[in-house]
Amino acid sequence: MSRPEIDDVTGVETTGHEWDGIKELNKPLPKWWLWVLYATIIWSVAYWIAMPSWPLVADYTKGLLGYSQRAVVANSIANARAAQSQYLDRIAATDLAGIKADPDLLQFALAGGQAAFGDNCAPCHGRGAQGAVGYPNLNDDAWLWGGTLDDIHHTLNVGIRSGHPDTRDNAMPAFGRDELLEPAQISDVTDYVLSLAGLDANTEAAERGKEIFAEQCAACHGEDGKGDTELGSPNLTDGIWLYGGTRDDITDVIRNSRSGVMPAWDGRLSPETIKQLAVFVHSLGGGQ
Amino acid sequence: MDVTATERAKKAPAEAAPGVEQLDVAAVNAAETRPLYAVREKIYAKRAYGTYRTVKWIVMAVTLGIYYLLPWLRWDRGPYLPDQAVLIDFPDRRFLFFFLEIWPQEFYFVTGLLILASLALFLVTALAGRVWCGYTCPQTVWTDLMIAVERFWQGDRNARMRLDKAPWSLHKIWLKSATHITWLAISVATGGAFVFYFRDAPTLMGEFLTFSAPAIAYIFVGIFTATTYLLGAIAREQVCIYMCPWPRIQGAMFDQYSLLVSYREWRGEPRGPHKKGESWDNRGDCIDCKQCVAVCPTGIDIRDGAQLECIQCALCIDACNTIMDRIGRPRGLIDYDTIDNLEAEAEGKPTKLKLLRPRVLLYAGLIVLVSLIMLIALLNRTVLEVNILRDRNPIFVELSDGGVRNGYTVKILNKLHEPGKFQLGLEGLPDASLKIVGFEQAANPAISVLPDDLRALRVFVTVPRESIAKLTGPVTDFEFTVTDLNDGSTVRNDTTFRSPEK
Repeated sequence: MSRPEIDDVTGVETTGHEWDGIKELNKPLPKWWLWVLYATIIWSVAYWIAMPSWPLVADYTKGLLGYSQRAVVANSIANARAAQSQYLDRIAATDLAGIKADPDLLQFALAGGQAAFGDNCAPCHGRGAQGAVGYPNLNDDAWLWGGTLDDIHHTLNVGIRSGHPDTRDNAMPAFGRDELLEPAQISDVTDYVLSLAGLDANTEAAERGKEIFAEQCAACHGEDGKGDTELGSPNLTDGIWLYGGTRDDITDVIRNSRSGVMPAWDGRLSPETIKQLAVFVHSLGGGQ
Repeated sequence: MDVTATERAKKAPAEAAPGVEQLDVAAVNAAETRPLYAVREKIYAKRAYGTYRTVKWIVMAVTLGIYYLLPWLRWDRGPYLPDQAVLIDFPDRRFLFFFLEIWPQEFYFVTGLLILASLALFLVTALAGRVWCGYTCPQTVWTDLMIAVERFWQGDRNARMRLDKAPWSLHKIWLKSATHITWLAISVATGGAFVFYFRDAPTLMGEFLTFSAPAIAYIFVGIFTATTYLLGAIAREQVCIYMCPWPRIQGAMFDQYSLLVSYREWRGEPRGPHKKGESWDNRGDCIDCKQCVAVCPTGIDIRDGAQLECIQCALCIDACNTIMDRIGRPRGLIDYDTIDNLEAEAEGKPTKLKLLRPRVLLYAGLIVLVSLIMLIALLNRTVLEVNILRDRNPIFVELSDGGVRNGYTVKILNKLHEPGKFQLGLEGLPDASLKIVGFEQAANPAISVLPDDLRALRVFVTVPRESIAKLTGPVTDFEFTVTDLNDGSTVRNDTTFRSPEK
């Protein structure tokens, strides 16, 4: 090795690197910098020993401190549960009206209910509980099975045609498919139902349909067509149509019937969650 | 002169002029000794006496006084709010500043204050250079304080240099530790004062004394103790020279008309020691006593001209004036002067002070403008604010009787320091009815909102079937009115009512 070149101006060795006539001086790092480097090396070795670090074939080195991010998450969740438990205990011990009357519990139930609704109910009823054709809008004031807190709570628990022993259930005959009524009769009843709701209808046909309605439909829907929440029969006089309010939609339901399904949440969700859901749905604006 | 020449000769071999010692000191950044890399040369700043030194003591007392005492100042805001005059209240998300109380969404007031502060900084820099750096910058103030502490324990420049050269002794250990302990005590007090801005000062003080303050308070006291000690007591001028970006920006902010601390080269040169009885003709007034270098807190020589390291603290003016008085020459060899005037003086032309320049007028104009905007915003600041959030899902709900219902979240912000009672109403929507969740029973409920608080209400607005035809279409504009029942004032907020397409 040749002797290092000395820079004239500074009297310092150069590294021998040169770019466009500019030479790099060989200036050693400050001592403290070097110590920092050694400290980081010691730190990293200590870290390997103390913390999980090296991947192995089927496992990894666990470290002496036994730290685990999964444990941290599990711990955080347990802490959150513990923080909620005072509310959950009170919700379990309070009836629905009591929850609504207690501002603290109401706030908790609304937040919890909204979360549970998003996870469990939104796939059918929509994120804003706005419903869709065949899936009721829970914001409005029309309730097939009743819109009081207890009604909603019961529907949530047992579901509709859900297989639950106490499930809410009813059946409307398929008047056309099962040939219980002639197509002309179905057309007449359609006109009558349209007239009940104040929609455009053929008055003569509606007159004929009225008799058929009294014989075939009034048992469930009532003589005035206002339905019965005990039976789950819809009110035909209002402006809300679960399966659509056009003439064709109504004819289709009379001809083929409909039987929507809602799961029973009893056993799937905790009783406290179902209570919160009931309060949440009741508070959407249409609760009775 | 009361001291004879022989006596002086015994004390100090080098004399710049009769009665004036020539100090053995060189500027740390002198061109000939400016290497690419160098270890720091410790600066032993000498004590200066004079006008600017006095001004600096006063500024130090005022700024430190404000910093340490402001959190203890009380301001009565009634029973519901903290009574600390200046408090950054993170838990309640409020910035309390005397009469002003800033909510997070009003942070533009703080932005405005910061803009004003920067513009004021630009203005003084255009007028008189680095006034901020020289007098009021915290780094300068605390460094000055730390140097004063060092001087108190170890003596002035010469004594300190002797002490550093002296071998370690009990006396030296005592002086050094006393200095560092005082520095640390000042640093702890600095950190302590800082956290008082974030929590009720007397309460926090009590917690500190009983060791029950929140951990974050101790952490921040620690951080500020460390930075004050490191930056103010140890690093000192290196912060200004190497760390601070301001010296780099300043170069673009003053011009040939700005008053800068300058050496009047035309008067001082050629410099050299002056003997008693010698004529002052054909020579400069500078006797090369280097007092200006010795007092400089950044260790430079102002006679080398304007330079980045100069924080313009004007202590060299004081030092030089003292000497000029002693040798009977006029003051002002080093003085605040403009580059333009220096040239004019050198050529014997008349000097003039040109203060009103485009940049000065621009900065002043902007300060007036921003202040006006702030003032108008402040005068129009409402103590009652209402935010309306329309439900977006569902946009509207058709009811069984054919009516249409819209949902809203109405947020009432009561910025008063006492509980408020408000009434919610609506205008411009035909036959609409209003239902507030939680107030279903009352017809026109009075909604109470806690002082300095926000209340969010769920509100349903329903237009009955008969009136839907009167709506202007699927989107109808209307107003929510929130009336303050205490003083009858009303806040109106526009929003829309949505209904199905017909």
